[in-house]
Amino acid sequence: MKTRRHSSIHFSRILFQILNYTFFILFTFICMYPFWYIIIYTLSDPAAVKGKIPFLLPIQFTLKNYAELLKTNGLMNAFGISVARTVLGTTFTVLSSTFLGYLFSKKEMPCRKLLYRFVIITMYISGGLISTFLVMKSYHLLNSFWIYVIPGAVSAYNVILVKTYVEQLPESLEEAARTDGAGYLTIFGRIILPLSKPIIATIGTFSAIGQWNSWFDNHIYASANTDITTLQYLLYKYLQEAQKLAEKYKNSLIVGEQIQEAELISPMGIRLTITVISCVPIFLVYPFAQRYFTRGLTLGAVKG
Amino acid sequence: MKKTMPARYQLLLMVMPFIIFIFLFSYVPLIGWIYAFFDYLPGVPLFKCDFVGLEYFKLIFRDKINMLRVMKNTMIFAGIGLLTMPLPMIFAICLNEIRQVRLKKVIQTFTTLPNFISAIIVYSLVFTFLSRDGVINTVLMNLGILSEPTNVLANGDAVYWFQTVLGQWKGLGWSAIIYIAAISGVDQELYDAADVDGAGHLGKALHVTIPALMPTFIVLLILGVGNILNTGYETYYLYKNPMTSANIEVLDLYVYRVGLGTNDYSYGIAISIMKTFVSVILISIANIFSKKIRGSTIF
Repeated sequence: MKTRRHSSIHFSRILFQILNYTFFILFTFICMYPFWYIIIYTLSDPAAVKGKIPFLLPIQFTLKNYAELLKTNGLMNAFGISVARTVLGTTFTVLSSTFLGYLFSKKEMPCRKLLYRFVIITMYISGGLISTFLVMKSYHLLNSFWIYVIPGAVSAYNVILVKTYVEQLPESLEEAARTDGAGYLTIFGRIILPLSKPIIATIGTFSAIGQWNSWFDNHIYASANTDITTLQYLLYKYLQEAQKLAEKYKNSLIVGEQIQEAELISPMGIRLTITVISCVPIFLVYPFAQRYFTRGLTLGAVKG
Repeated sequence: MKKTMPARYQLLLMVMPFIIFIFLFSYVPLIGWIYAFFDYLPGVPLFKCDFVGLEYFKLIFRDKINMLRVMKNTMIFAGIGLLTMPLPMIFAICLNEIRQVRLKKVIQTFTTLPNFISAIIVYSLVFTFLSRDGVINTVLMNLGILSEPTNVLANGDAVYWFQTVLGQWKGLGWSAIIYIAAISGVDQELYDAADVDGAGHLGKALHVTIPALMPTFIVLLILGVGNILNTGYETYYLYKNPMTSANIEVLDLYVYRVGLGTNDYSYGIAISIMKTFVSVILISIANIFSKKIRGSTIF
């Protein structure tokens, strides 16, 4: 009796493990393959790949798509804008959040509680899309590069993270500097900043990824100024174009109107190549960013 | 001789620029709510606009057909969001059953990746694979499984489950991380004790791991309830087209369409105000629950 029960447990365990491994391997594949596919597609020869599907490796490896991209209007500019907003936006957010977080960790600040609440409350109550839009308009920030980096420069969430972090640093270091006559700014620059590297890395990584991926602000605040189109928004425009073309193609089948196949195919190469280019920076920072994921999440669970 | 300023006032002086900044970018938009009480026309100064009182708030209730539809959509997406909340926990527990450290690491790396990819890139991938001429249709038709291409992106009936699947693809691995971290923090002695009691893998998961993860789950659940109306614009905006718009238009997206699409600023702001009020009430209720259950507030 006993052995039988044991073997049935054993059997269900094996069945579970088979299903478990199958699920995870399949899910991992589904998460990974689309990226692999667009990479090999863009490395294939546009003429050779037409109407075919490269499954594992490029068909007639070539960098034609990428060379073509260099000639694409506005691409280099969009790339530059995306890099600029990522670098500047991240710098602003990191500096202001760490400094403000540090200031709020000082218990001797007058009205500290009140001011801190004034900041934190913005996480829960916001003016909403339309009102914010009108305010940005009145500040003359519409269609300006600064709309990407200024409004989000102080983030309440990051201030909480830094304040919580600084508060658990040993106070003796700061006291020693204080008796040597150092002011708040000196202490912040010489002691707090170097000690806060882990939290700065966390905030910086998340902020940089957010800046790089952002496109909706471009869409609502700055779509009229093509000089400051970001890479993500450029991709959005190509996608819209692709959708329209597909629509046109579908309709042409109905009315019997002929449409050049090249017209349909070549934008796909460009669109996917831009997609790959937009992914690359994420792929590059990802291995480093991974170390900070858990910290960013678990610290966030600590209340301010 | 001039006395130096006391240190505490220096602090106040340093914090002030930030307070002013936050006032300008977070509080002034709240003052902008006043537009909801006027017949605001773009370009016309506010004092020249007609004061209409609560007219735009009454309009919310008269605009029944649209409001009911977008509220229904918002609630369906929010409901699906709450129903799928245990999935990351289950994902983490099952992943923990994979003993090969290397493989585990690979799985975690690749399943987390989609979360860090922009909504546009995801849309580009979806379009490449699932559109009418996409990879999946081509393969299925070549294999003779399909005779006509199907286009899930232009299928209004598929909106809810498609967005759910897509959301899980993007977020499941990432959402599981907090649970994976929590599992690694479970006291090993508890498992040893369960071993002594003769508990198997399932027993340990049910009686040790899940109870240990419950506090995290409840916090996230409460936060989820508080954020029920905040579905956001970005994702749904991308998948909205004439075929899907009836089912995909959530409250946030409707505000966008009313306000920035048709320039009916006052009405858009009125809906935003209502939304904020309901949200704050929901968050307060969530907070009370959190206090009762955990003995501490989240906010």
